[in-house]
Amino acid sequence: MDLVLVWAALVALAMILYILLDGISLGVGLLFQTGAGEQERNLMMESIAPVWDANQTWLVFGGGAIFAAFPVVYGVLSSALYLPLMTFIVGLIFRGVTFEFRAHSTRKRLWNQAFFFGSLVAVLSQGLTLGGVLTGIKVSGGHFAGGAFDWLNPFSVMVGVALVPGYTMLGASYLILKTAGPVQEKARRQAFWSGTAVLGFMAVVTVWTPFHYPLVWTNWFSAPRIYFVWMFPLLGLVSAFLLVKSLKKGRELMPLLSSIGLFLSGYFGLATSMYPYAIPPAVTLSEAAAQPETLRFTLWGAAIVLPIVLAYIIYSYSVFRGKVTEEGYYESGN
Amino acid sequence: MGDIFSDPVSLSRLQFAVTTMFHILFPVLTIGLAVYLAVVEFLWLTKKEEIYYRMYRFWVKIFAINFGVGVVSGILLEFQFGTNFSRFSQAAANVFSPLLAYEGMTAFFLEAGFLGIMLFGWKRVPKGVHFLATCLVAFGGVLSAFWIMAANSWMQTPAGYRLAEGKFFVTDFAAAIFNPSFPVRLSHMVIASFEAAMFAIAGISAYFLLKGREPRFYRRSLGVALILAAFFVPLQVLIGDLNGLVVFRHQPAKLAGMEAHWETNVKGGAPFAVVAWPSMKEERNLFELTIPNGLSLLVTRSLDGRVEGLKEFPPENRPNSLILFWTFRVMVAIGFLFLLVMLLAGYLWRRGRLFKSRAFLRTLVLIQPLGFVATELGWITTEMGRQPWLVYGLMRVSEGISPIPAGNVLWSLALFLLIFPVLLASYFYYVFKTLGGGPDLKTPIPPIQRPAGMLALTGGGWKGRES
Repeated sequence: MDLVLVWAALVALAMILYILLDGISLGVGLLFQTGAGEQERNLMMESIAPVWDANQTWLVFGGGAIFAAFPVVYGVLSSALYLPLMTFIVGLIFRGVTFEFRAHSTRKRLWNQAFFFGSLVAVLSQGLTLGGVLTGIKVSGGHFAGGAFDWLNPFSVMVGVALVPGYTMLGASYLILKTAGPVQEKARRQAFWSGTAVLGFMAVVTVWTPFHYPLVWTNWFSAPRIYFVWMFPLLGLVSAFLLVKSLKKGRELMPLLSSIGLFLSGYFGLATSMYPYAIPPAVTLSEAAAQPETLRFTLWGAAIVLPIVLAYIIYSYSVFRGKVTEEGYYESGN
Repeated sequence: MGDIFSDPVSLSRLQFAVTTMFHILFPVLTIGLAVYLAVVEFLWLTKKEEIYYRMYRFWVKIFAINFGVGVVSGILLEFQFGTNFSRFSQAAANVFSPLLAYEGMTAFFLEAGFLGIMLFGWKRVPKGVHFLATCLVAFGGVLSAFWIMAANSWMQTPAGYRLAEGKFFVTDFAAAIFNPSFPVRLSHMVIASFEAAMFAIAGISAYFLLKGREPRFYRRSLGVALILAAFFVPLQVLIGDLNGLVVFRHQPAKLAGMEAHWETNVKGGAPFAVVAWPSMKEERNLFELTIPNGLSLLVTRSLDGRVEGLKEFPPENRPNSLILFWTFRVMVAIGFLFLLVMLLAGYLWRRGRLFKSRAFLRTLVLIQPLGFVATELGWITTEMGRQPWLVYGLMRVSEGISPIPAGNVLWSLALFLLIFPVLLASYFYYVFKTLGGGPDLKTPIPPIQRPAGMLALTGGGWKGRES
């Protein structure tokens, strides 16, 4: 089998797992200030406290996997997107330290702000990074050859803003599953409104992307992609329908699943339009790949280790399944 | 150096130094404290004395605060290879990057996957599973040191590669990972983490013993820390010596810099400078106090072994001897100070005065941060000693930099210089607050954790030496 393709699939898997899993945590962060009082905020925090670190680790693995399998992508993208990437990490730092600092704090307001703004900064700069990639990156001789602000344009700003309701929807759907009472009630309304906004943005992105990035147009509407790309908007529409319906019926798991469906539809749409490019518009996956021995060595590791990782992470989730209660992990002897 | 504000090379080096020196403080404590917690939980499960459960619950609070800051500052380091040193990353990726990918796969997931159970799983998993989670988190910490030391050691003593058109291609992964300096440097770093953590626990416990708070609790905490330190401290002196031999064999310019050794000895042995003030400009020591033949004896194990001096290397390939000499000397001094303290501890223990001597307890409080200081100094020695190379002898730092304007680095560096003090201050504030709150000796132990035949808090003694 083609090593480059296998690695591309693995990187894509790590990325979507990161987007969905940490997206949940970031979404809870975006909603954090809507909690009425510290008790509600404690509940929101504790819904993600035991799992946020594992969720975030997909970013570390994804970064390492891109570095190992596609070093040109790693080098070029991180130089090209230096400013939004560094800002993204600063956001993650504040979001991450808040869990423990807030738990030990008597003046929680400060850390509430840090949690919200950390998540917001992380989400916006993540969107700017993605928008920057879709804008296209100047490469010459295998190295970045553009300016410091090439990533900044109306399109990338729009992508950054669009991610805010996107992650809000994920976070709210997760809270529906993990909480009860007033927090859950509020989360239902939040999931509905953010879901509506997501649909709107998806329509805008679908129309705008082909203009901003003409390759997408030719890619989507010509053979062979024309035979299957229609599935992704369909998946999006079905997911949106299920989201609304399940929210109305008061279901608890379905909203999260349909939010994930909405994300997947967008992700697959973008991924298929990018292929076979690793860095649009010029560098292909095989040009960006490491030497075959390296790909093979890391693939052995991934093949052996990742199934074990998935097994114990699922176990860890199952240990903390069910609703979070007011008793909490931090305050009591848990 | 010129105008540093418009020089992305100096700025990127500075940023990497700042972020690494900030970050390393946390993993050091994480790795050492996790091992301590695993030992304490093992004692809890086997001895069934409640005090060990209470000790775990107290020290794990510090562990949790520490872990959070370590994890998020670590993400930064992984991406900095690309943001600031992309030419190096792309040139060396075939050999270098799999080590980071393996670190993510094997170590970070292990830590992250079981941390939740370790911190919040008390009521949800049985004793054995909880203990396993602690052990796996501790093992994950050591594994992450394994991979990161492999990567860094490869930059110091590259192996298992072939160079073609300015790019590294791997020929042998085992040789690349187990490169010449890796085994000693890994041991050195892991033991440094154990030492730093044990002396941190010892210092904190000694402080509360001096204050007379919860003497039973802190005596036991201190006792376990000192017993573990008694293994690590002499071992570190031994490993440190071996480390010197590896540097001598593979990085002669670094060794010459660390020892302020300018002229290769032709007749007789090379002297060991106990104290010196090397001047890079004048290519000599402005002041020195030496032991004849000392350096030859130390690194060649013979009285007149040949040791290359700094002058053997062209000036542009020399590391800064003034910095290396002093960071190295102070680190070594701390190592020996620890050894002295442990000898004193052994003496006091034999006389049954270990927990009674206020002077000894005060010493423990004073030397408490030195493990961290030694770690930072050791890293400065090894990394400044690698200069001007990024990959030793093969690729210069200036050749590895990203094609980015200096303004980018200024932006991120300014951000970090702004937030690191805030994070550090908050960290210490909450750590001190947690320590000040003291151990919780009352909250009932969850039934699922209670072993059959458990001894109450007041039961059992510590070999009768503590009262």
